[in-house]
Amino acid sequence: MTGVLLRAARVTRRFGAFTAVDDVSMQVQPGEVVGLLGANGAGKTTLIRLLLGLIAVTSGRVDLLGGPPDRERRRRLGYVPQGLGLYGDLTVRENLSFSAQAYGAAVPALPPALAPHADVLVRALPLGAQRQVAFLAALAHSPQVLVLDEPTSGVDALARAALWDTIRAQAEQAAGVLVTTHYMQEAQQCDRLLLMSGGRLVAQGSEADIIGSTTAVAVRTEDWARAFAALNAAGAPVMLEGRAIRVADADPAGLAEVLKAAGIQASLQPVPATIEERMLMLSRQARAS
Amino acid sequence: MTYSVRSATVRFGSTVALDDVTVEVPAGSVVAVVGGDGAGKSTLLRALAGELALDSGTVQTPPKQRLGYLPASSGSWAALTVTQNIDFVAGIYGLAGDELAARRAELLDRAALTAAAGRLAAQLSGGMRRKLGFVMAIVHRPALLILDEPTTGIDPVSRIDLWRLVSEAAASGTAVLMSTTYLDEAERAAHLVVLDSGRVLVQGPYDRVRASFAGVITQAARPVRADWAWRRGRVLHEYWPDATPSDPPAGATTVAPDLEDIVIALSLARRNMVPS
Repeated sequence: MTGVLLRAARVTRRFGAFTAVDDVSMQVQPGEVVGLLGANGAGKTTLIRLLLGLIAVTSGRVDLLGGPPDRERRRRLGYVPQGLGLYGDLTVRENLSFSAQAYGAAVPALPPALAPHADVLVRALPLGAQRQVAFLAALAHSPQVLVLDEPTSGVDALARAALWDTIRAQAEQAAGVLVTTHYMQEAQQCDRLLLMSGGRLVAQGSEADIIGSTTAVAVRTEDWARAFAALNAAGAPVMLEGRAIRVADADPAGLAEVLKAAGIQASLQPVPATIEERMLMLSRQARAS
Repeated sequence: MTYSVRSATVRFGSTVALDDVTVEVPAGSVVAVVGGDGAGKSTLLRALAGELALDSGTVQTPPKQRLGYLPASSGSWAALTVTQNIDFVAGIYGLAGDELAARRAELLDRAALTAAAGRLAAQLSGGMRRKLGFVMAIVHRPALLILDEPTTGIDPVSRIDLWRLVSEAAASGTAVLMSTTYLDEAERAAHLVVLDSGRVLVQGPYDRVRASFAGVITQAARPVRADWAWRRGRVLHEYWPDATPSDPPAGATTVAPDLEDIVIALSLARRNMVPS
């Protein structure tokens, strides 16, 4: 197939007896932003390392830009790890110059927001500015594939929108973007989502496809504090939502019984689950099996 | 009982970290503070914790032994085990013997950390370490619990666990003030406070924040005024502060704003209207 930038075909990776990635097939095309979701231990990081050619597959095949992910192809890849991969003891300008030289690219110009910080040590910058520097460093060589690990974790809404503008601009220039995340706000910015659990790809498509028929239960009652205590004592994964109570991965009839036994009047309503609640459900299933 | 900071101003040199901020935290509820780097979240939390002096304004906070505080840094000692960390903090508050053993067992169970009790804090995952920090902040049953970004950067399952623990504290009557960069968490709080450059942009229950939002948000592939627009997926959203839903900008597609849109729109309005 032409035009696929990044592809895994029935990829499995074992570490001893442990299968970290189990028969996963996926691809990223030019111009699309694909979100890779999963809880800790779901296999996201191992899959990324396989796609980047940092570790070898046990079976199956990985293609980066039409062939095996070797050094030559990796030159056309941009990667922003969760830890950002910057040198805290170098200045902004020194960091950018170092990474540009490593890729044989021109040193990128600083946008107005970063210009005053050119000679500031990276570790002295706020997190949002550090993320901008990491993006500039990863984009200086105009990569065709961009891999981002939780790109906007810990930054405010406005800075987050600016970073997504940068990501989207890459896709509009026909780069393919793979974003790992477990946050709804990042997932909602993607064109398509992949959900991993226990090393397997368990769902893909839109946010609605990922959540599927999973529901949570909204419990409304005057006596919210007692209702919360009763449901919590019964071991349900409860949380407050304003003055209402929300229970993930639960069956309304079972909850109704707990409340009735405690003498609490309440209305129970199934509501669509969030992505986090879907992941909680999957990880509870994985633990139980 | 309601704890509060009122008309609080805090300066660091020439920087105004908090500018005339009033926030109330009633017993039995969760108040969430959102905002980015430098918005003043940590300063507000530290002010209510009595950790820094105000330049002006007043603070109503319980005595130290009735206060629990989880700082943004891990809040535990890497070279101590989970049990040692809890016992050390409990000892400061005079908890010992059977009472401590019972309290420790209860909290470890609720935080799903029982199996990790003998592990060094350094060997915990990020999510487990934040839950340990939470347990240490609440071990002495504080009346006011202050949590600085308890859920930033942790996995979704630990995040749900932490929200359950926070909810549990509020349901049992504790006043909780927490900061977060995740707007879905703020939506879930009884009361949310949006900070930007040391000022309160808006605060209240989410429904009221949404209802009081003035102006119109539109969506388009290309914005009319770039400095009033931001990215949402494949399209851009744009804020029209002077328009009304009954009289939207001509030819534009309006959207029902969520909290993400509201926070960005108000931040842009502040930046675009205040000469820098």
